[in-house]
Amino acid sequence: MAASVISEPCHNATEDVTDHADASVIASLRSVTKKFGQQIALDRLSLELRQGEVVALLGPNGAGKTTAVRLLLGLSEATSGEVSIFGGNPRDRASRLRLGAMLQVGRMPDTLRVREHLQLFSSYYDHPRPLEELQAVAGLEGLRERFFGTLSGGQKQRVLFALALCGDPDLICLDEPTLGMDVEARRAMWEQVRKLAAQGKTILLTTHYLEEADALASRIIVVQKGKVIAEGTSAELKAADQSRTIRCTTSLQPSFVSALPGVTSVEQEGNTMLVRTQAPEAVLRTMLERDPALSGLEVRAAALEDAFLALTNQTTAVTR
Amino acid sequence: MATTPVIYFNEARFELLKLSRNRSYLFSMIGFPVIFYLLFGVTNKNYVFHGHTIARYLLAGYSCFGAMGSSLFGIGAGLAFERGHGWLEMKRASPMPAAAYLLAKLSVSITFAVGIALLLMTLGTALAGVHITTFEGLRLLAVIALGVVPFASLGLIIGLVMPSNAAPGVINLIYLPLSFCGGLWMPIETLPHWLQVIAHGLPSFWFARLALRTLGYSDSSAILAWALLAGYTVLFLSAAAFIFRRQEARA
Repeated sequence: MAASVISEPCHNATEDVTDHADASVIASLRSVTKKFGQQIALDRLSLELRQGEVVALLGPNGAGKTTAVRLLLGLSEATSGEVSIFGGNPRDRASRLRLGAMLQVGRMPDTLRVREHLQLFSSYYDHPRPLEELQAVAGLEGLRERFFGTLSGGQKQRVLFALALCGDPDLICLDEPTLGMDVEARRAMWEQVRKLAAQGKTILLTTHYLEEADALASRIIVVQKGKVIAEGTSAELKAADQSRTIRCTTSLQPSFVSALPGVTSVEQEGNTMLVRTQAPEAVLRTMLERDPALSGLEVRAAALEDAFLALTNQTTAVTR
Repeated sequence: MATTPVIYFNEARFELLKLSRNRSYLFSMIGFPVIFYLLFGVTNKNYVFHGHTIARYLLAGYSCFGAMGSSLFGIGAGLAFERGHGWLEMKRASPMPAAAYLLAKLSVSITFAVGIALLLMTLGTALAGVHITTFEGLRLLAVIALGVVPFASLGLIIGLVMPSNAAPGVINLIYLPLSFCGGLWMPIETLPHWLQVIAHGLPSFWFARLALRTLGYSDSSAILAWALLAGYTVLFLSAAAFIFRRQEARA
């Protein structure tokens, strides 16, 4: 119910964007459908990446994020529609020289040293970044002589990040880049992503960490069931979600509050009540009338998480 | 592209480095032929077969055995691992030419195959009094190097279809019977007649015939054997290409 209200204006915005093709677009999927047998992974999905942007592809598991990235990298062929990178085919060597990818890799050869992995990948490119620079950017100092098999999960992720940056690419695709990283390592990688964007690099990021999309992305594309359901800055997505969360201490019964018009969910934490509603003023008026002793009042605008949940219609709040 | 030869060289160099540090791989590949040769060839050094010690005859078969192992494990298990864990995707998204990846694996298989044959020659000469001329030795190494190709192609199929944890087991199920039935472990004449009939349909048998020929044991047609091995190569590569295209369409 909430999703349809919110997705309307955003959907129009998407169409506006695709209408005027501008020169700064460096990669695009145009009306791309991808079927695996009978299953539709992408359903006439369009997206554009402009130079210097950090775009986050956000969506629940199985929404088609990784499929979109794989098509953009030429690892998979679209059933219909058009994929373009730097005006060409992603499978051309010329395109790949300007492309860096960090994919979800379970394991890679354990018996090569970090330095050797970097040397090999660097040799694929005409103008690779110096190894010292790569190690500094990816935070691999002190790890260069270590065998890959001896690294921790977060350290392995950093090696994959370094491999994506080997060729000094103009477009960098990061598929769940901070998976398995601790908070410190995650922040360090965010810092590097921001630096890359400041250098004019374009970054496409898939993530299921909303905080990550919020912190990094200049534009967020929300994908669900293979379709773009919303697109905009983090602020725009939050603004599009008209709901508010009311937090207060009250003696009112949750069953009474949840029956009020415009209330989406009610949660009780001890004696604190959390009410999500599309009509905060009317709900508050009733609640204050019924419970003059109501205290600790706080009204909060939607966080990106709320907007995301409203969009994908996956309300986790328990209604009692 | 000026950098392309460098890519091919580096890919092969690091493939060699990677495998030469992998103990379980080394054990399967070098351990099997060396231990079997010591057990069945070197310890029977007083057993005379076709006018020489049996260790000289078995040098050909166990060299073929080593070559098959290095290509089936190196390519089959290696590809299954790298494909199964997503590492191949990273490489395919890079500007690395696909041929560099495959040729690296093939050249490393050949390197190991030749290395194993040299090791067996040394063991045979030192421990069992095997005598072969330099010319015979060089011809045997040439046969071993070229004979890797059909088994490398078979390894490609295994690497494409098998999950990474199942690949080594499946390879053993192919590798060991193919070696035994092809007459690589003991003279084919000592096998039951029906097995000898089956052997004539196996690439391992024709590979061993060519190797034995270089040491003067077989006078069967080299052209026929090479033609059959080439046929197997074409067959395996076509099957691999078919499987790869079908996987691509589904990827």
